[in-house]
Amino acid sequence: MPKGIRDKVAILGMGCSKFGERWDMDASDLMVEAYAEALADAGIETKQIDAAWLATAIEEQHVGKSAVPLAVALRLPFIPVTRVENYCASGTEAFRGAVYAVASGAADIALALGVEKLKDTGYGGLPQRGRGTLNNMTWPNLSAPGSFAQLAAAYRAKHGSAPQDLKQAMAHISVKSHDNGARNPKAHLRNRITIDTVLNAPMVAEPLGLYDCCGVSDGAACAIVTTPDIARGLGKRDVVAVKALQLAVSNGLEAQHNSWDGSYLATTRIAAKRAYHEAGIENPREEINLIEVHDCFSVTELVTMEDLHISPEGTAIRDVLDGFYDADGTVPCQIDGGLKCFGHPIGASGLRMIYEMYLQMQGRAGERQRKDLPRIGLTHNVGGFPHQNVCSISIIGSLGS
Amino acid sequence: MTIGILSSGAYIPRLRLARRAIAETHSWLNPALKGQGKGERAMCNWDEDPVTMAVEAARDALTGRDRSSLTALHFASTTFPFLDRLNAGIVAAALDLPDEASSLDIAATQRAATSALAAALAGAGETLIVAAEQRRAKAASPIEMAAGDGAAAIVVGEGEPIARLLASATHTADFVDHYRTAESTYDYQWEERWIRDAGYMWIVPPVIGRCLDRAGLKAADVNTFCMPAVLPKVANAVAKAAGIPDAAVRDNLHAECGETGAAHPLVMLVAALETAKPGDRILVVGFGQGADALLFEATETIARQPARLGVKGHLARRREETNYAKFLAFNDTMQIERGMRAEVDKLTPLSAMWRNRETVTSFIGGRCKVCGTLQFPKSRICVSPNCNALDTQEPHSFADKIGRINSYTADRLTYSPSPPACYGMIQFEDGGRWMMDFTDIDADQLAVGQAMRMMFRIKDIDTQRGFRRYFWKAAPAAPDAGRA
Repeated sequence: MPKGIRDKVAILGMGCSKFGERWDMDASDLMVEAYAEALADAGIETKQIDAAWLATAIEEQHVGKSAVPLAVALRLPFIPVTRVENYCASGTEAFRGAVYAVASGAADIALALGVEKLKDTGYGGLPQRGRGTLNNMTWPNLSAPGSFAQLAAAYRAKHGSAPQDLKQAMAHISVKSHDNGARNPKAHLRNRITIDTVLNAPMVAEPLGLYDCCGVSDGAACAIVTTPDIARGLGKRDVVAVKALQLAVSNGLEAQHNSWDGSYLATTRIAAKRAYHEAGIENPREEINLIEVHDCFSVTELVTMEDLHISPEGTAIRDVLDGFYDADGTVPCQIDGGLKCFGHPIGASGLRMIYEMYLQMQGRAGERQRKDLPRIGLTHNVGGFPHQNVCSISIIGSLGS
Repeated sequence: MTIGILSSGAYIPRLRLARRAIAETHSWLNPALKGQGKGERAMCNWDEDPVTMAVEAARDALTGRDRSSLTALHFASTTFPFLDRLNAGIVAAALDLPDEASSLDIAATQRAATSALAAALAGAGETLIVAAEQRRAKAASPIEMAAGDGAAAIVVGEGEPIARLLASATHTADFVDHYRTAESTYDYQWEERWIRDAGYMWIVPPVIGRCLDRAGLKAADVNTFCMPAVLPKVANAVAKAAGIPDAAVRDNLHAECGETGAAHPLVMLVAALETAKPGDRILVVGFGQGADALLFEATETIARQPARLGVKGHLARRREETNYAKFLAFNDTMQIERGMRAEVDKLTPLSAMWRNRETVTSFIGGRCKVCGTLQFPKSRICVSPNCNALDTQEPHSFADKIGRINSYTADRLTYSPSPPACYGMIQFEDGGRWMMDFTDIDADQLAVGQAMRMMFRIKDIDTQRGFRRYFWKAAPAAPDAGRA
């Protein structure tokens, strides 16, 4: 087993644009908004950046292909810039590229930036798009809610959960995220809602109603990483470091082999175990202080609590309803509002989660700041469909903890 | 060896449009429609057409039969989706027929199916004749009321027939009761009374007479007379003129199905075979620019035909549709707002479709020769995590398997011509699974564990290029799963 990257790379600075329907902003404007904040936070100049990674998932809706749009928007001085796309894990993938570059010694300072400009489609929800030549011929015309909704059917069947109990827990998840989003000035959705709002909302994909679905937003987020030594040399104290970065990608097993029962994310379970090992975490429920997970839909957040091995299998409904994951609970989940309310500009989302960890660990999260500063936090993205997806997990923490 | 009908089958779409829904909409314009607003007509789901109906009728007829002995496929219709692409070729691929079997489209007349049947009975080898029709009709037209969508299939050849051919006769006349050209979308029809008196009554009785003469039988020897006619009582009048007892005149299924155009003589014949007793003599007539008459006699074998849905079973597999707007939308008779999500390009790269024809058209997956794992689609490396062997997959068909719903949803966000889009993971008991579209199911029928069968359907319609692509979908396996 490789030793991993624990404490080899530090976060030097981060930035995040306001998420939402940014009708007056192009993707390049959003990139600059996140970058300017990150650069100021890092206390460096553009010319000090050795390499950069750009994450976008639906680039045909805004910047087009390649890393050129990032280099142009930021006027990067002819350095190596790479564009990555890996479904909704793209942002974390850009971060992984930058972190690995620093960990390897190939770069002293590297940048990761994720952006998505989704609100130029002319309609609500994610853009409807093709899935590839052969897939277009054999896959259902499945939407994101339609594919994730199926977790509910399989979860109920496996655990014998009453539909109303599951729906109640899902509603709790959404109400909690709206409460959290209301305390976040950069969040897309800042309104508080009630359980009834969720339960009475129009159906999108059975059993997911409108309030079980995250926002589709414009936005960008940015991280500048370096070695812990350089960070300290630049005057940083209380350095926030990377403890683990893991990725698990479906190989067709869930889609084609009957060993998967459809009630969980196989990739998340595997990536989480590897990440805990890399970070030296033995008991995640006890050791992790804060989590930001891929709550594209309420039911995704619910099963993820089990897939991360924090709630034992079959107990997520209880933990959720007990408030274990609320902002004042034991392990807050989506304290910034999550995808649900902070918003989900796909390429930016993974970096947005790390941004929140970074702020919380430094006590800079404003109104939503957790009283006891979190020392170990986990972020999680899942891109694609429950039966075929990419899962990324990062563990972030104070250097040496 | 005797030549005759070796097997029969049919397909009637599950949806039945209540005619009163049509009448209620249009009687302001044409009060005569009010009197016709009785019973129901079969209507294709949005993802059905003559090709998909032909596939299902053929599968019904091929129940329990070895397909490798078929030497020819004749497909009759006047509503083929493709004008220059062998429609029978699509059906043959979906049925995974041997590629050395010949395939033929027979078109352009309401008696296409009876002519195809007569030709096949005169030839050698084992032929599958399939007829399917989805007549387009202007809103508020009489044909919209009278027609129904449906298909029938018959296997003929040497062997132990369920019905042997006694004789046949034909007559060609350029009698234009209605027509449709390459430039026109809908039929143009002449006066019904003239069609009856100068058409049916003048053309058909002599053909029946010649057919009976050849068989050495009298008209009174006919037990069942199958002749479609959209005009009421025409079959009875023709029977009377020919000397056939009125009791022999077979109901034309107007009340529960409607007239399935070129397919209807075979639909009526298949329905007659389902209730025939050994020794029964069945006369079937197809009318259109002349007439065909074929006289069959049911044999002892008919009682031993393996169970299938046929006309009766498919009529029982029924869901009433009272929303006439759906019929108009499915048939593109009304321009409706489908939303921007419908604008996604549905281009089918023909080279990729050809390369993947076994997967896409025949629903053939793979079976690993090393570990025995079944998977769909086939791939170079086995999916089983304990195997992953390279190049060990042999073709394995999933088309006739029953799968079970592992997970599902009813999706109101994604584009579907008939929302909500129902789809989910289908798991096959002996191995293999696929995330599939569901069809012929209502959202409130969805349940984990439900048994589903595979049906060949339209996957997408490429409105930009006039193309349609087909794939397999999952539908409730229980024939009685449909409901009112």
